[in-house]
Amino acid sequence: MQPSDMSAVDLVTAVRHGDLTALRATEAFLERIERLDSQINAFLSVDREGALRTAAAIDEKRKAGQPLGPLAGLPVAVKDALCTFDQPTTCASKMLAGFRPPYDAEVVARLRAADAVIVGKTNMDEFAMGGSNENSAFGPVHNPWDLTRAPGGSSGGSAACVAADMAPVAIGSDTGGSIRQPAGLCGITGLKPTYGRVSRRGLVAFASSLDQIGPMARSAADCALLLETIAGHDPGDATSLESPVPPYGADLDGPLEGVRIGRVPAHFGAGLCPEVAHAVEEAFAAFRAAGATIIDIDMPHADAGVATYYLVAPCEASSNLARYDGAHYGHRAEPGGHRAEPGRLHPVEPGGHRAEPGKGSGASGGGFESALVEMYCRSRAEGFGPEVKRRIMLGTYALSAGYYDAYYAKALKVRRLIRQDYLDAFEKVDLIGGPVSATAAFKLGEKSGDPLAMYLVDLYTVCTNLAGVGGISFPCGFTKGGLPIGFQLQAPALAEPLLLRATDRYQHLTDWHRRRPAIAARPR
Amino acid sequence: MTATPTAAAPFTTVIGLEVHVQLQTRTKLFCGCATTFGAAPNTQVCPTCLGLPGSLPVMNRTAFELAVRAALALGCQIAPFTKWDRKNYFYPDLPKGYQISQFDLPFSSQGALEVVDPKGALTRNVRITRVHLEEDAGKSMHDETAGTGDTRIDLNRAGTPLCEIVSEPDLRSPQEARAWLNELKLLLVYLGVSDCNMQEGSLRVDANVNLHIPCDGGRIAKTPIVEIKNMNSFRSVERALVYESARQYEEWQATKAEMGKTPKQTRGWDDPAGVTRAQRHKEESSDYRYFPEPDLVPVTVSEEWLAATREAMGDPPSVLREALAATWKIPPYDADVLVNQGRELVAYFEDLAARVGEGKVASNWMQQDVLRTLNERGGSIDDFPVRPAAVADIIGRVAKGDFDTSRAREIFAEVLASGRTVDEVVASMGIAAVDDDELITLCRELLAANPRVVADVQGGKEQAAAGLIGQAKKKNPNVNPGKVRAMCLELIRQM
Repeated sequence: MQPSDMSAVDLVTAVRHGDLTALRATEAFLERIERLDSQINAFLSVDREGALRTAAAIDEKRKAGQPLGPLAGLPVAVKDALCTFDQPTTCASKMLAGFRPPYDAEVVARLRAADAVIVGKTNMDEFAMGGSNENSAFGPVHNPWDLTRAPGGSSGGSAACVAADMAPVAIGSDTGGSIRQPAGLCGITGLKPTYGRVSRRGLVAFASSLDQIGPMARSAADCALLLETIAGHDPGDATSLESPVPPYGADLDGPLEGVRIGRVPAHFGAGLCPEVAHAVEEAFAAFRAAGATIIDIDMPHADAGVATYYLVAPCEASSNLARYDGAHYGHRAEPGGHRAEPGRLHPVEPGGHRAEPGKGSGASGGGFESALVEMYCRSRAEGFGPEVKRRIMLGTYALSAGYYDAYYAKALKVRRLIRQDYLDAFEKVDLIGGPVSATAAFKLGEKSGDPLAMYLVDLYTVCTNLAGVGGISFPCGFTKGGLPIGFQLQAPALAEPLLLRATDRYQHLTDWHRRRPAIAARPR
Repeated sequence: MTATPTAAAPFTTVIGLEVHVQLQTRTKLFCGCATTFGAAPNTQVCPTCLGLPGSLPVMNRTAFELAVRAALALGCQIAPFTKWDRKNYFYPDLPKGYQISQFDLPFSSQGALEVVDPKGALTRNVRITRVHLEEDAGKSMHDETAGTGDTRIDLNRAGTPLCEIVSEPDLRSPQEARAWLNELKLLLVYLGVSDCNMQEGSLRVDANVNLHIPCDGGRIAKTPIVEIKNMNSFRSVERALVYESARQYEEWQATKAEMGKTPKQTRGWDDPAGVTRAQRHKEESSDYRYFPEPDLVPVTVSEEWLAATREAMGDPPSVLREALAATWKIPPYDADVLVNQGRELVAYFEDLAARVGEGKVASNWMQQDVLRTLNERGGSIDDFPVRPAAVADIIGRVAKGDFDTSRAREIFAEVLASGRTVDEVVASMGIAAVDDDELITLCRELLAANPRVVADVQGGKEQAAAGLIGQAKKKNPNVNPGKVRAMCLELIRQM
């Protein structure tokens, strides 16, 4: 069996037992990246040398009899929203083109400490804003199942690289569905953990109260393996949870007898594609056959999810993205057209002293002030793409004096209601099932001219983030046209073991997750 | 334009102060970077205080505790639940594009700090609106030596914990404002909350001021409120307020402009010129788009923790003054002088007073000798070379009659200058107790040599004996003048 056909669990077992070297495993995936990625564009950077060096070092370690980390020799692709000290971190934005952070994200540090091999950084919607990966400043990702279609987003590169076997596992981030939706559209398994389960430190922030990093892989078992390494308390992230990390991998494939899965009839409304509806109902039937009880439940405020999300997330984003102003790092528009020296703090335009540090300054008057404001405006105008600008404007507007109560404050109130919906639902059921998105993968360009239509692709996923609970997405069928269809399970806070166990059970009973796109077939 | 306050101003000056103090923590509010003043630019920074992508804040508990200590000492209510907010604005020394501060739920509010009128005539209760915690910005510096005209940014200070203390407009004169600031500073230094060093920027003051002017028919005209910035000493605050009240009065006489018709004006204090100058009007009022900081969790304060913090805090200066006066039976004036010098000096005094057993004697020595020389030398009382034991030793020998107070001062000065012990100094100066036989011999010689003095004393002019003391000192510098006088009078009586 080729390493690129092996599951992550089998890969690390083979490396640990000496049946496969880390170098061989890494080379196999690098070879596939080289062969396939020109068509898919899943990677923004590939660290061939670094990956081979790390792999060789792991093999040396094994030879020397030193203990190996739990992910020893496992190639991992990392979404370009996570900081890596040795590779660029761009968030698929011109604003951060070529930016090299001086530090590793906590998750990246944990991967390295577990002896994983980071092969590259994956493409995404700019600053994780989007559901199709078309908002990347470095070109869209193509869905491996149909290169004319979108892989979903924002973790489209991570989803596509796993779907095309360019990496056995990938790290994504999910603010409103950015792991689950592309996993669904690319036919892989993606888990958004409970808010706070995985440290956000070093994840370039989009919407801090919603962002969560999670594993993307070909199966629940592989997600469990990855989650075990990346989950856990980080004193450097004040929102990270202190609860101990259970052995996710050890608890898989348990029985589903007695597990109650909620089904929300409202999910099956007019907007849902019939093929998707059918596949989702089939999945419910499979769970029922496996011993689970399916109970219809109501989520009374789910309707308001998208509207709430598109206030909370842009408000936080408008503030989180204020730091990209050209003053200290990142893209800066120069009046003379030249760029500041990279790697140094940029000098600021000529001007006077600031009267009162720590206080706001108006945006008017004075040579220094006007040159500064012009530099800010031009740098941000040039550095950000249209969707990022749209959300910054939305958020800035909604937080402004006179609008705050009508928009942001109200959105927070609805968010509390949505959270309460989940608490109420989880009194009656253990999991909530349903579609991930209303349709299978759509055509590239199909929705990119219509932001509202694009926002609706998050319909089934945003509430999970608003409530701060966990959700998983995995394939439950295919359209007649051969496109994967995703099924979503959501669980109460910290119930990742149950999410993974139910998915794993399903994946023992079905083989949708084993199907590979034609492009992934090895040349004979 | 003149800005001298008149004895009976035809208006009441209404002043509120906004004070920012840097907390005395080793590390910043939301990261582990050092807060040492004067380090080379951009050497005390990390991804968090540089605002790099993906960096996150974690609250420094010591900073929170210091701030709570200050608020407790100011009699504030401590909120059981407090949260952080982002104050959004763009400036190059604010690398995140927002400052982490507290908006609608500050950790404390509704306190007060009394100020005693400088003349001691009146005590005024100045209410504290709120005390909240926030992070400082960096510093922008215009590089003039390089000739490039660049503005350089130093982010060492970015993220330093700042406590903002806002008073109600309860102060009624520039002098009172200064006295209140002195009391506030003393309090904060006592509690170890801040070093309150204005030169290093660890204490900054903005003042809001307007005038209430009685008009015909009992109506009170209120002039527009002006915020004064850029005052870098308490003296500047007083001067700026004196100037500004006079300026507002003059302007009111000319324009009759009243509060509420124009937006609040900001004026900068130009210390060398001694004037306030209007700062550029902002075209629109700032909208900081405050919202709850999602990267931090709210802080809950338990009663137990609060009690422990209160316990560990020690007495504020106002309590200490009364305690000192009562324990050592010293006048309130003495207690005030001692307490105003800081906690270390009070400890020195208490050590001395306990050894001497007489509070007032110890207090006199503190004020006339220790404090005077300490002020001349500079430095802290803890580094003052003459320790309380040595001072007590000198005072004890004066009480025994070994030497007089003026001799004692010389000994004190020599101990200070030479760093030797009292015994060594006494020996080196040839100071030895003069025994009675020696004294009788000396006095007999003096009387024999000065028959006129003897005659005068016998004639009833006892004060004539004073003339003998100088001569006695010349013969033996160790003699006690009182004893010489007493002995001479006794010998004359026996004649």
